[in-house]
Amino acid sequence: MAAPTMNRAGSDSGDSAVQTLTISKALNMGLRAAMEANPKVLMMGEDIGKLGGVFRITDGLQKDFGEQRVLDTPLAESGIIGTAVGLAIRGYRPVCEIQFDGFIFPGFDQIVSQVAKLHYRTQGKNKLPMVIRVPFGGGIGAVEHHSESPESYFAHTAGLKVVSCSNPTDAYWMIQQAIDCDDPVLFFEPKRRYYEKAPVDTTKAPGPLFESRVLRTGTAATLVGYGPMIRVCLDAANAAAEDGTELEVIDLRTLSPLDLGPVYDSVRRTGRLVVVSEAPSESSITSEIAAKVQQECFYSLQAPVLRVTGFDTPYPPSKLEEEFLPDLDRVLHAVDRSLAW
Amino acid sequence: MSSPEQWTHPEPASAPAATAAKPTAEQVIAGLRATDQGDVNLVQLLTPEGERVQHPDFDIDITAEELRGLYRDMVLIRRVDREANALQRKGQLGIWVPLLGQEAAQIGAGRAMRPDDMAFPSYREHGIAWTRGIHPTDLLGIFRGTDMGSWDPVKHKFHPYTIVIGNQVLNATGYAMGQKFDGKVGDSDGEATMCFFGDGATSQGDVHEGFVWAAVYDAPLVFFCQNNQWAISEPTERQSRLPLYQRARGYGFPGIRVDGNDVLATLAVTRWALEECRQGNGPILIEAFTYRMDAHTTSDDPSRYRLSDELELWKLKDPIERVKVHLVKQQWADSSFFESIEQESEALAVELREFCVNMPDPPPERIFANVYAEGNPVLEAQRDEFLAYVEGFAGGEH
Repeated sequence: MAAPTMNRAGSDSGDSAVQTLTISKALNMGLRAAMEANPKVLMMGEDIGKLGGVFRITDGLQKDFGEQRVLDTPLAESGIIGTAVGLAIRGYRPVCEIQFDGFIFPGFDQIVSQVAKLHYRTQGKNKLPMVIRVPFGGGIGAVEHHSESPESYFAHTAGLKVVSCSNPTDAYWMIQQAIDCDDPVLFFEPKRRYYEKAPVDTTKAPGPLFESRVLRTGTAATLVGYGPMIRVCLDAANAAAEDGTELEVIDLRTLSPLDLGPVYDSVRRTGRLVVVSEAPSESSITSEIAAKVQQECFYSLQAPVLRVTGFDTPYPPSKLEEEFLPDLDRVLHAVDRSLAW
Repeated sequence: MSSPEQWTHPEPASAPAATAAKPTAEQVIAGLRATDQGDVNLVQLLTPEGERVQHPDFDIDITAEELRGLYRDMVLIRRVDREANALQRKGQLGIWVPLLGQEAAQIGAGRAMRPDDMAFPSYREHGIAWTRGIHPTDLLGIFRGTDMGSWDPVKHKFHPYTIVIGNQVLNATGYAMGQKFDGKVGDSDGEATMCFFGDGATSQGDVHEGFVWAAVYDAPLVFFCQNNQWAISEPTERQSRLPLYQRARGYGFPGIRVDGNDVLATLAVTRWALEECRQGNGPILIEAFTYRMDAHTTSDDPSRYRLSDELELWKLKDPIERVKVHLVKQQWADSSFFESIEQESEALAVELREFCVNMPDPPPERIFANVYAEGNPVLEAQRDEFLAYVEGFAGGEH
């Protein structure tokens, strides 16, 4: 991986509130702001202290906040999640880093059995304000277990909330909103986009956490995605526009609860929907969207809901990932099929 | 790590280790097992015959009143346990998890705690619950299916029962880390946490991770393992080659085995362990050596996997009888005391029974309540749709 672009602040001199940041730096600044705002916020994870995390998302935080607020933990994911539960009960707001998507499964039992259910079990007497950060998805040429998209497991689990950011502004604000949330939040970070840059206004949040957002308006068809696929969707919409086809692009942002109101509104206008995700398609978030949209927009649909996803295989060896991952061509192919229906 | 030579070592397993250049794997194992012979390492202050014995490291000054109190605790919680077991047999509870035989382990440990200490139970900790001020009627909902534990875990400092084996060990470790981060450790006024689990749980990865984490963060945590000899049908030998308390050494903290049927020894050892934790010398593992005198749950049939002789042997080590004998020998209690405790326990059983049979079923909206702290519009829509559907039957014949 390339080293993260360090402090790019100042490139927009004259307006100190707006800085051009990478997603990586925006997350780092968002975490820092959350730690400054609330002394109960803790970071926990493997190599997140001195090293700053393998992606440097927590860079400099241990130096400034100390080892008791930025914990280099033993190498055990169930331990990270399980002890975070106890700290949350004690009144802390732990932010756990799972080093890579494919390493979350040793912690899966604690997430599903305790994190997700303790508020329900105690009928609200135990709150679990914790965040589990997961760099997810492929496209970085990595070995096995480093490129997975496990978000559907968590969206399927009652008691958890699941979000994913796709750009630096959302990275900066959504991580702070997730930490403020009194429910446990799985926070999926698009690792292949960590070093994409955009201007970020650090003075005000663009909206609430659990809302999807229309990124581009269009009339021909609707594209819905999240996380790393938003870049693909926007590129596809730009390419289609050159051919005179205007696609609407919606960033889901929240995967549980889903906020499909804007999707229904869009589909009622366009009549066509293509859902894009890197995750395998079977019994997934994309399945859920297809089911809900056919239920809510039955008379508006001009074509079946189509999906462009990763395949229903384990993540392949990285030399094949360009074929595995949805790209601009596969998305436009689906749009063409929808339009031709 | 084993070298290839070890696997082809010519020495027979029976050769004395001292004469061999290298002990065989079999000899190593035999040596470890030798440390588990007899009860030489078992801390005991009150023998099964009710004799008070001294221990060089652990002793306790106990007044007549205190010992009568411990006796009362054990008799009452045993009566609660037997009544709940009967309520299951009568169809009033879906299942019950018997405590029978483990009264001393739990009352001794529980009475060593202070109100500010925190406890993380497994699901058999009815005696610990009692010492945390939770009324036994509050335990019934879990087993009747009306709730998942109705006590306030924050107020009582008693976490909900944890059914997934070993999960609570990590949760307890995190809580104890929080006590340390909060500056509550360092002197006798400090706080500590107790975590309860069984011999079966010691095989779980979460227990291993809890030991690792508590050790490296110096957590003020007493790991209290009730080794009741059976994990449903599997004996402790199926979980470990080594006496369980000796595992602590590998993690870098003390482990101690106490006679879990001796309420005085359990109280003494747990008080010592909690004090060490308050001072910042945690964590500590206590293995309370005890026996599950009844089934794993009311759904279990121990006759399929253990001999009744074993139970008869353990009945001779009954945790309550030895205290009664000692109280009589010391002339610390007379028949009127024992009668009054008997009456109190019967009244408690009646209260439990009446409470149980009158527990209402929860309303259907309970399905959807408190899944989230901040709500979820998708779930709320699902709830409203279902409740409207249910409402459609109101007044009808369905």
